[in-house]
Amino acid sequence: MKPVAMDSLAPATESFRSRSGISGYLACFNGIVWREVLRFVHQRERFLSALVRPLVWLFIFAAGFRQVLGVSIIEPYETYVLYEVFVTPGLIGMILLFNAMQSSLSMVYDRETGAMRTLLISPFPRWFLLISKLIGSGAVSLLQAYVFLLIAYFWEIEPPPLGYLTVMPALFLSSLMLGALALFISSIIKQLENFAGVMNFVIFPMFFASSALYPLWRIKEASPLLYEICRINPFTHAVELIRFALYVKLDLGSLAAVLGYTVVFLAAAIYAYNPSKGLLGRRGPPGGAA
Amino acid sequence: MRPKHLLLSGVFLLSAATADAYTVFVSNEKDNTVSVLDSSTMEVTKTIKVGQRPRGITLAKNGEWLLICASDDNTVQVFDARTHQFIKNLPSGPDPELFILHPTGNPLYIANEDDNIVTVVDIDKGSVVTEIPVGVEPEGMGVSPDGTILVNTSETTNMAHFIETKSNRTIDHVLVDARPRYAEFTPDGAQVWVSSEIGGTVSVIDVKTRKPLGKVTFQINGVNADAIQPVGVRITKDGKRAFVALGPANRVAVVDVPSMKVERYLLVGQRVWQLAFTPDEKQLFTTNGTSNDVSVIDVEKLRVVKSVKVGRYPWGVVIAPF
Repeated sequence: MKPVAMDSLAPATESFRSRSGISGYLACFNGIVWREVLRFVHQRERFLSALVRPLVWLFIFAAGFRQVLGVSIIEPYETYVLYEVFVTPGLIGMILLFNAMQSSLSMVYDRETGAMRTLLISPFPRWFLLISKLIGSGAVSLLQAYVFLLIAYFWEIEPPPLGYLTVMPALFLSSLMLGALALFISSIIKQLENFAGVMNFVIFPMFFASSALYPLWRIKEASPLLYEICRINPFTHAVELIRFALYVKLDLGSLAAVLGYTVVFLAAAIYAYNPSKGLLGRRGPPGGAA
Repeated sequence: MRPKHLLLSGVFLLSAATADAYTVFVSNEKDNTVSVLDSSTMEVTKTIKVGQRPRGITLAKNGEWLLICASDDNTVQVFDARTHQFIKNLPSGPDPELFILHPTGNPLYIANEDDNIVTVVDIDKGSVVTEIPVGVEPEGMGVSPDGTILVNTSETTNMAHFIETKSNRTIDHVLVDARPRYAEFTPDGAQVWVSSEIGGTVSVIDVKTRKPLGKVTFQINGVNADAIQPVGVRITKDGKRAFVALGPANRVAVVDVPSMKVERYLLVGQRVWQLAFTPDEKQLFTTNGTSNDVSVIDVEKLRVVKSVKVGRYPWGVVIAPF
């Protein structure tokens, strides 16, 4: 089906939207968010793997890297912290990153199976559908992050109680940013098999060239160029925003960066998914058979 | 541009403000100064210039006098703890390192590292009462709560010397592990805990029989055994918990006194040596020599709350009841 054909439905969708009003939007929003949540809850393996991945890093990797922090006190911490404590916000970032990629790349899967058609013929504007989708995957990310924090608590990673509340907006905003980026990427990818490519070219570079595993001053000592790369990496800002929020502090620089990146990625994704202008229309259906 | 960090909530400030505020004094060995901190805000409020190489630090006259071992000046300096004005020098014998005040408030027992003696000084008269010969390189000083027994440890002889305060004579010597640094009595006066820096243990000695009751040993994942060097020891008033500073292991061990077993290790700054409780025992301050800071431990929650920069090589710490 050519997406362009939908433009001819414009008058009909307009009247549907005006008839259904806010409740229609709400029903659509609920449907998309619930689909995300249900899909996640029903995939037990995904839930488990989403948890096991950061826990392996926490229990095994972090244990061997205790010396990496040296003897400096790094903001927002007020005293010396064990590496496990330092790496926790980075691992939460990892959860959000993987979930965002998985959720948005499921768009590719949806396209292959035809589930996307249901979404595409919806009378609601494309941007609304995409943002609803992001909020849905953000909710799933939040769920995963809190379960991880709960387990980490018993590993003596004990942020102030209020931190569990203040970290929520940081988690959500970071999820939106990473989700929007992933949505944009998903519009470029034709087949799900390319997920390995995304791992290699997006997830790993973003994760390793960030402040998730080591403080930036350490990276600066090793390579000033790498330090600059880390500083423009959106993932670094997401991790720092989460790190500060977990200790009831606000890192304004990171907040501004995450907000800025979110707007840019979202605009790019909406553009890419726009049937008349975007990459989707230009590229044709999956498999390349236009 | 450096991002500006804001405190989202005043909850911590409020909770800090409700705790009683005490004055914390930290001697900075390399700077020849004493840092004054407020225990509730955990910030340095003033820095006092003192004699050369200040190490041992304590209070006398119900906290009104601040006494400092100015090791390289071969004297003990007396300051007004409230106004921080210099009052007088006390005779100390050469190279005073650590001292302890008799529970009645006088005399003062000073360990003279170079001369292998303990000097007994009357702080009111400013005169030496007597000198007690002990082992080589005396350092640790502990006095029993009833004031009858003084324990001095000698770093090279590896002994805890038991001294009767009435006669100022040694009555017994107990061999402990290498390089004993500190002696602390349990509040009931039944035991004395002696830390051995090189031995890496704390020996628990029965005060009556002068027989070893056991040893506290330490093991920290990821920390070399050589780096575990116990120095300062503090025991809570209820006699249930001991805190042991483990030097370059950068940890304070929390020890259950009855079982002599370590409950937990708390990460603090580098080369932690001496410890002091606030009078309400809610906080414990540690001096971290090579990271030039003090760490503050929440005693109830057993958590390190904050580390605060002071002068170079912070050595001793004492906290006034005001």
